Amino acid sequence: MNAREMNMNDRSKPTHSIDPDILAQASLTRNLGEEDICLKVEDLDLYYGSKQALNKINMHIPRQRVTAFIGPSGCGKSTLLRCFNRMNDLVDGVRIDGKMLLDGQDIYAKSVNVADLRRRIGMVFQKPNPFPKSIYENVAYGLRLQGVRSRRVLDEVVENALRGAALWDEVKDRMHDNALGLSGGQQQRLVIARAIAIEPEVLLLDEPASALDPISTLKIEELIYELKTRFTIIIVTHNMQQAARVSDYTAFMYVGDLVEFNDTNTIFTNPKEKMTEDYITGRYG
Amino acid sequence: MRGWFNSGAPWIWLNAAAVSASLIMVAGLLGLIALRGLGHFWPTDIVEMDYRKADDQIVRLIGEIRGHEDVPRERLVAAGVSVPGDSELVRRVQLKSGNRDVVGLDFNWVLGPDIIAERYPEDLVVIERREWGNFYGYLREVHENGINVTDTAPLWDVLNEHLGRARKIADEIRVIERDEIGAINYKLERLRLDQRRLELEGKADTEALARIAAQEAALQLQYESHQKRLIALYQDIQRDSVTVEIQDGRVVELPLSKVIHVLRPNAMGVGDKLLAYMKNVWAFISDDPREANTEGGIFPAIFGTVLMVILMSIFVTPFGVIAAVYLREYAKQGPITRIIRIAVNNLAGVPSIVYGVFGLGFFVYFLGGNIDQLFYPEAQPAPIFGTPGILWASLTLALLTVPVVIVATEEGLARIPSAIREGSLSLGATKAETLWRTVLPMASPAMMTGLILAVARAAGEVAPLMLVGVVKLAPTLPLDGNAPFLHLDRKFMHLGFHIYDVGFQSPNVEAARPVVYATALLLVLVIVALNITAISIRNHLREKYRALDN
Repeated sequence: MNAREMNMNDRSKPTHSIDPDILAQASLTRNLGEEDICLKVEDLDLYYGSKQALNKINMHIPRQRVTAFIGPSGCGKSTLLRCFNRMNDLVDGVRIDGKMLLDGQDIYAKSVNVADLRRRIGMVFQKPNPFPKSIYENVAYGLRLQGVRSRRVLDEVVENALRGAALWDEVKDRMHDNALGLSGGQQQRLVIARAIAIEPEVLLLDEPASALDPISTLKIEELIYELKTRFTIIIVTHNMQQAARVSDYTAFMYVGDLVEFNDTNTIFTNPKEKMTEDYITGRYG
Repeated sequence: MRGWFNSGAPWIWLNAAAVSASLIMVAGLLGLIALRGLGHFWPTDIVEMDYRKADDQIVRLIGEIRGHEDVPRERLVAAGVSVPGDSELVRRVQLKSGNRDVVGLDFNWVLGPDIIAERYPEDLVVIERREWGNFYGYLREVHENGINVTDTAPLWDVLNEHLGRARKIADEIRVIERDEIGAINYKLERLRLDQRRLELEGKADTEALARIAAQEAALQLQYESHQKRLIALYQDIQRDSVTVEIQDGRVVELPLSKVIHVLRPNAMGVGDKLLAYMKNVWAFISDDPREANTEGGIFPAIFGTVLMVILMSIFVTPFGVIAAVYLREYAKQGPITRIIRIAVNNLAGVPSIVYGVFGLGFFVYFLGGNIDQLFYPEAQPAPIFGTPGILWASLTLALLTVPVVIVATEEGLARIPSAIREGSLSLGATKAETLWRTVLPMASPAMMTGLILAVARAAGEVAPLMLVGVVKLAPTLPLDGNAPFLHLDRKFMHLGFHIYDVGFQSPNVEAARPVVYATALLLVLVIVALNITAISIRNHLREKYRALDN
């Protein structure tokens, strides 16, 4: 959540109204068994101080699928994404009501160790943020945190993670160079490698390609396609073609509300809500 | 004209002028100090002049010309000096004629018009002595046991041969006196304290006492053997002497044991002088001071300054960094942290002498006094830590400079992009792990910047140090070969205080003046060296932890 987006939340509520029945219906994914649901959001409200940024969000995120959040700037999609790994805890004055369940466990329960939770729910940010360390140390960072010392284990995990992030061939000969020497696209894939090195269950991608050139974007999208066989992926994107290309399910949000949530095909070809249609056809947003 | 103003050109000129003025001032300052300080070590030619005294008597003067000035005639006339000629200004020449023990005054002003002739004979010598300053005159004879031995070989060679022997013996004496007997004395004192402690603890049984007595006896034995050797060496070194004819024709005998070296500057070429110059500079840097600090070297002061700054850095860095990390990362930002920040910034503006008073009252008397009572009861009533020393001086300066480190570190922490912190947290790191593994290394250049500022301030401080540990002359260095090697309780010498002491407290102002300049130059050089070290470390760290600029 950057400052600009936060300010957008200060806008007064729009005058749209949604039939509550349709809302409830839209928030449930069709034909999803309990074991297929990875993350459940139940009546989630989020406030920045006195400003409400998320309104009664209800949704089920399916396991090992790609779910995309789309919507205009400031609609709360990044805020919602950052609720999953409790990144909003870092922001002063944030209050959250409602429930968020990972495999049936409440993410916001008092007994939850936030560091453990973040190990299970990895995150990649909008701008590549490698540490000013070597490529190797960047990928090994999470493992070292867990106390892994064995050189053999580290080497293996680093290699696998870099292969998984389709970066291995480009960097295998300069593992000990500074990661900041990589290009933007490579850095973003390095950050993804860093995230998948600790084998999370869920991968949160916050506009992972918005700071990249088209070719790097394509690589990232291909990578997402590969990764969904192993991880549950939630991606926030401004780019609707991207959402259409990479995601299985799409949620459209508008000013703190979840307007429509359905499989991507339906959202893009036959949206139930007029607002969704307006947005994806480019009439506003 | 208006267009010219709006173009911004006047501001560029103004800024450029300000920068140039600053540069010129810095260069001028360093240039003056360097010129006055470094010129002191050049072997000046010795002049022999015929001089008409006030009673028209013509005398011979021998010495180095150290400077001259033009004085108004009235002033001289008013002082009762008759001046030949009728010019408005009269030139006065300052002559360093040395031989303080024989003639009393070693610096004289002579009137230019009264100088009848000047000569620079090649066989005039200047003798640097361990006591009483320089000696000028003509070499006459070298004596061995009072017998002239210069008939067989040229005078100069005989002298150098005998002088070399005397210096070798002198070096040996110094090693025995300072290092070996010093170590024995140190051990004896430790034994005495051990015994006293055993007595105080009521454990002084006969066995323990016997063991201490045995060690003491062994040390005494060693001491006596050294003592015997010393007596022999002293007899040896007294054997030779040299006779010198001074300006008034008297022949004076100087024992070679008191001579450091003899030079014939009038006979030396530029190469020889350069060599002698290097030797003089090296002696100044590496020797102990003599003659109430006006002669000899300043090594203990350099050593004390550097050691104190290093100790201060060791104290101030962790303390300042931890405080900054707490303030920036953990404390809840609000009115209280704001007040703390204001207080820290104001702390940097407190006059340094106030820190000295605080250091004396809190560190020396309170902390030191209690440490003595708790841990060194055997030394009572003599204080160990309850007296000014290098530990307390370093701590006082650490306190003085901690605001700089806190502010610099806080700024460094604030500059770490939040993306880096979030990246680390999202991998399952706790806040402490994020700080330790990522944020603090990236903020280390800022910490070094704080340390550089702290060093620059601390190395130049004098006022507080006078209260908490600096002395005019420290017989032993705070770091030596006696376990535990680093003696934090010892007093030490400091270049800044040395300048003050030599400049203002010296019995021989004329002799001391060049030393003041040279010491000032060295102080600047030491600070520059310390800073360059810190800056190069910082630049290395910066390169390593280049932040995300893209």
